[in-house]
Amino acid sequence: MTFSPGSIAFNLNGAPVTADASPTQRLSSLLREELMVRGTKVGCDAGDCGACTVLLDGEPVCACLVPAIRVAGRDVQTVEGLANGALSALQAAFLDHGAAQCGICTPGFLVAATALLERNPKPSRAQVRDGLGGVLCRCTGYRKIEDAVMSVAHGLPASPTNIAPASGKAIGARVPRLDGMPKVDGRESFGADGFPADALAVAVIRSPYHHATFELGDVDGFRSANPGIVAIFTASDIPGRNLFGTIPQFVDQPALAQSETRFRGEAVAIIAGERAAIIDLDLSAFPVTWHEKPSALDPVQAEASGAPLVHADRKNNLLIAGFVEHGDADAAIAGSAHVATATIETSYVEHAYIEPEAGWAAMDGDTLVIHACTQAPFMDRDDLAPVLGLAPEKVRIVPTATGGGFGSKLDLSVQPLIGLVALKTGRAASLAYTRSESMMSTTKRHPAKMRASIGCDADGRVTGMVFDGAFNTGAYSSFGPTVANRVPVHASGPYLVPHYRATARAVHTNGPNSGAFRGFGVPQCTIIQEALYDDLADRIGIDRLDFRIRNALRDGDRTVTGQKLESGVGITACLEALTPHWVRANSDAIAFNATDGHLRRGVGIASCWYGCGNTSVANPSTIKIGISPDGRVMLHQGAVDIGQGSNTVIAQIAADSLGLPLDTIELVSADTSITPDAGKTSASRQTYITGKAAEKSARSLREQILRVANVSGDAILDIQGSQLVLREGSASRMLELSSLPADADGYVFGAQESYDPPTEPLDAKGQGKPYAVYGYGAQIAELEVDMKLGTIRLVKITAAHDVGRAINPLLVEGQIEGGIAQGIGLALMEEYIPGRTENLHDYLIPTIGDVPPIESILVEVADPEGPAGAKGLGEHVLIPTAPAILNAIRHATGIDIRKVPATPSRVLTAIKEART
Amino acid sequence: MVRYAKPQSLDEALALLSAGTWTILAGGTDFYPAQGNRPIRENILDINDLAQLRGIAITDTHFVIGAGTSWTEVARAELPPAFTALKQASAEVGSVQIQNTATLAGNLCNASPAADGVPALLILDAEVELRSIGQTRVVPLQDFVLGNRKTAREPNELVTAIRIPKASASGSSSFYKLGARRYLVISIAMTAVRIELDQGGSIADVAIAVGACSATAQRLRGLESTLRGLPAQDNFDDHVQPEHFDTLTPIDDVRGSADYRREAAREIVLRALKEAVALQLDPLSRLANGVAA
Repeated sequence: MTFSPGSIAFNLNGAPVTADASPTQRLSSLLREELMVRGTKVGCDAGDCGACTVLLDGEPVCACLVPAIRVAGRDVQTVEGLANGALSALQAAFLDHGAAQCGICTPGFLVAATALLERNPKPSRAQVRDGLGGVLCRCTGYRKIEDAVMSVAHGLPASPTNIAPASGKAIGARVPRLDGMPKVDGRESFGADGFPADALAVAVIRSPYHHATFELGDVDGFRSANPGIVAIFTASDIPGRNLFGTIPQFVDQPALAQSETRFRGEAVAIIAGERAAIIDLDLSAFPVTWHEKPSALDPVQAEASGAPLVHADRKNNLLIAGFVEHGDADAAIAGSAHVATATIETSYVEHAYIEPEAGWAAMDGDTLVIHACTQAPFMDRDDLAPVLGLAPEKVRIVPTATGGGFGSKLDLSVQPLIGLVALKTGRAASLAYTRSESMMSTTKRHPAKMRASIGCDADGRVTGMVFDGAFNTGAYSSFGPTVANRVPVHASGPYLVPHYRATARAVHTNGPNSGAFRGFGVPQCTIIQEALYDDLADRIGIDRLDFRIRNALRDGDRTVTGQKLESGVGITACLEALTPHWVRANSDAIAFNATDGHLRRGVGIASCWYGCGNTSVANPSTIKIGISPDGRVMLHQGAVDIGQGSNTVIAQIAADSLGLPLDTIELVSADTSITPDAGKTSASRQTYITGKAAEKSARSLREQILRVANVSGDAILDIQGSQLVLREGSASRMLELSSLPADADGYVFGAQESYDPPTEPLDAKGQGKPYAVYGYGAQIAELEVDMKLGTIRLVKITAAHDVGRAINPLLVEGQIEGGIAQGIGLALMEEYIPGRTENLHDYLIPTIGDVPPIESILVEVADPEGPAGAKGLGEHVLIPTAPAILNAIRHATGIDIRKVPATPSRVLTAIKEART
Repeated sequence: MVRYAKPQSLDEALALLSAGTWTILAGGTDFYPAQGNRPIRENILDINDLAQLRGIAITDTHFVIGAGTSWTEVARAELPPAFTALKQASAEVGSVQIQNTATLAGNLCNASPAADGVPALLILDAEVELRSIGQTRVVPLQDFVLGNRKTAREPNELVTAIRIPKASASGSSSFYKLGARRYLVISIAMTAVRIELDQGGSIADVAIAVGACSATAQRLRGLESTLRGLPAQDNFDDHVQPEHFDTLTPIDDVRGSADYRREAAREIVLRALKEAVALQLDPLSRLANGVAA
């Protein structure tokens, strides 16, 4: 027998199928590429993520580890086989509980859970976790997944969701996500799920060194020696300006490197060919000669005098420094009764969404159409078009479903590569990154080396703070400037700090690009600020929560940028909401620690604040709504829903502002040709900014209707077929929509409105109004430290978040739980090391067994600016988790963690050092 | 031309092995991750049709675990309490998905320093059965795994079974895996302990192995002899000394420092010892405590 494809017959979801496959082709590939059954997802091709879980004769296996020939004559069940006419109980429960966010891991979870309940219909929670421990999720924090399975197993009543809230009642309703159905039935189409069968496959040649120069060899010879290769492209083939980057002033990254690579994984060439040929291509034979050059991976090394420059025009390897100064911090600290000082270092953190970057490109006449996962379609278009020498309107971005983003899918990844192939060859071109390609070549959270001092008076009032941080921004700019600017604005925490000076330097190294990652540097700087608050409270001898309440910002206070917060400051409300939990948790810890043993219980608390939207720059959103002659209400909702819920939340805001029931609204999803620009899914801006645009647009539409119908603002609207019904008291009017003239979009009523937050620039000292709206929160972590092994067991996290107005409490909880899970990873296990942890078994993210019970407390201190009072929360929720955990470790053990993650090895070392 | 073969009999498999160079494909859970997206350029011998390699048999002298037996099959098998550590290890190998696919023999042949199966088999004095045409040899497990990714298997040989002497399958046992997260984790350190008590409640025999702290998992013979004869009610703290771990050669890596591993090894051995004793004294206590790690 050889590797030539043979016919493999088996039962797929109860029906016999036959596929041509090589005997060792992965079952996942057989299903997806030969049979085009793509509900089974590929996240790692190594058994590390479980996204490809299918049932083989009823037992869950990773389809990526099963040779095709093994299924011959056997039964394979995939997510597509779970529903039998109607959703299975598990699928329905996942939808109702909000257990699916982006949805990329959902098929794997559903299949694994189906097998679990088949074998053990009444599992305990621990057994559910054991059964699902092999599937990773990066969005949900797992709690709602566990709840959904438990509810099915034990016949618990569904959570009190509201599928179809009445007119005017959408805001505040626990509406299951409106785009959830395809996420649980396997039909959702992510970046790699829509590849046309005849698309060219694209492979990428990448640098194996942190820093190198290179020469290409006989590329034409390589091409002719490998039949099936259609074209090979290098930097010289780029038709436009061979540079991209998310911030126009700092654009510096070549789509394909010219002669020098500045980080491991940087692309130098792409090979396009027929799929079978590319799969069979040995990329190590590609003719390129590398010359490894000295590299710096640490900002201290890169900032040292005489260090080689990563970019010749950036002195001292400094990309940019952010600076905020208010009052005289040095004098204030010098005059303080107590001063605490610390140095803390954080690590590279990988986004580790379960969907590696993927997409396909094709020409539509003279327009290049890119279908890819993304967080920012218009930014993609405007960043990509100049690289390919196209006018922006000749590039159309159609986002696919996006299997998690968390900041990294703001940057271009596959787009320039597939775009170049489609443009040059005229054929569709497809590319899905491997897991290691994704980890090597895309952005990370900035590693930070931070030093800070905070002073307070004898009464525990903070007098001043200085902060200095070197943020390793890697080889290219990405969102380094944003981090450098955000950190000094936020490093004070949500506290009144009268004298303040903070500097954050984004320093180039030959590490992977650091970019946007949920919180833009604020999770890092909050770690040191909150550690110092604990230190100060302990020095004075007052309760750590009281110390925070004493210093919390209040309405009318000025922030460190001199911005006066007139109203809506919710941090005190969050801290007060946590007070009974704090008292209970501390008393539990005292009782627990009264007995001897190797476990010590600790309790920690930390706060967050976070400005919603971009820092002192315009970032408008535009929303269009139209009513068609046949009575359909179309919401052009361009805020990409990467799992966080904008498709649902924006629709809820639009429904109530328009005065129609939520279930009358149809979504027109993001597409640069049909939805106006709603900006980036980033900076916790969509609920607030796009929500506000939706509110304005819907109100404008309502005004038009009221005017045409000549009724008052009190009128109640309804749509019945093509008739718009307007009731005022006992009177009612009908408008026959089909009799009205339609506009260019085909709508008889249409409105399009924009909203841009009213911010003001920051001056040379960082003084000004960087954001119009802030959100606030605080979390308590309870944990046990194993004093002899340095391991941590989380007991509970209690989270109070001021969201202004919870437009959808179910989705708010999902954001909180998911953010906490990422905060747990940051605190305890996540450390990306280029060249060493480029997979999901050496790079660890939390599993279902690592996230403890989470109690969410939704605080609603209305913001006068946000829609219905709402504030953003997507990033806020991650910020307090790591500092609360680290403070709890300190509380339990007395040790200060100076480098995160606090791995067992580091914790035990610190415990031993503290003893000597 | 690269070849793929799926022999239907052991003789056919051995004949192929004697006549060429092959990579053996069993469960595939190490094969595919190592392969990544590179095209397969070596000959593949797929042993999944060899029915005689599956399942667990009991002979007069041995428990014989066929080389094709999965972790799940081990976990579900009726086996004496000496196998508790092996069953606990089976629940900690990757995930349910991996346990359903991966084989014990594959875990040994892959020879990772952090192989979950090795310590629990070392304390059972396991032997590896290797066959080639006309020859069968049996190698003690500690002589089979030679180093990181290195075994005593000759290219013409196939591992056909793991054999556990009945004489060693007595007493109770416990396994402890130390990792930085709950599931899907590679050990920082791990240990398996098997203990037999005499009628007087003293340790008649004890076997201790530590994994992920050397290129190959190690039996701690010195510690074992120190512990023999001690009363089971001892807390062992004073007897388990750092120098008992001197034979380990842990490395510094992303999962932990060498010093940490050495220290943690002592601690988890102590815990596994106490757990094994508790199981021997009260077999039902295990049910209440759940899995050690």
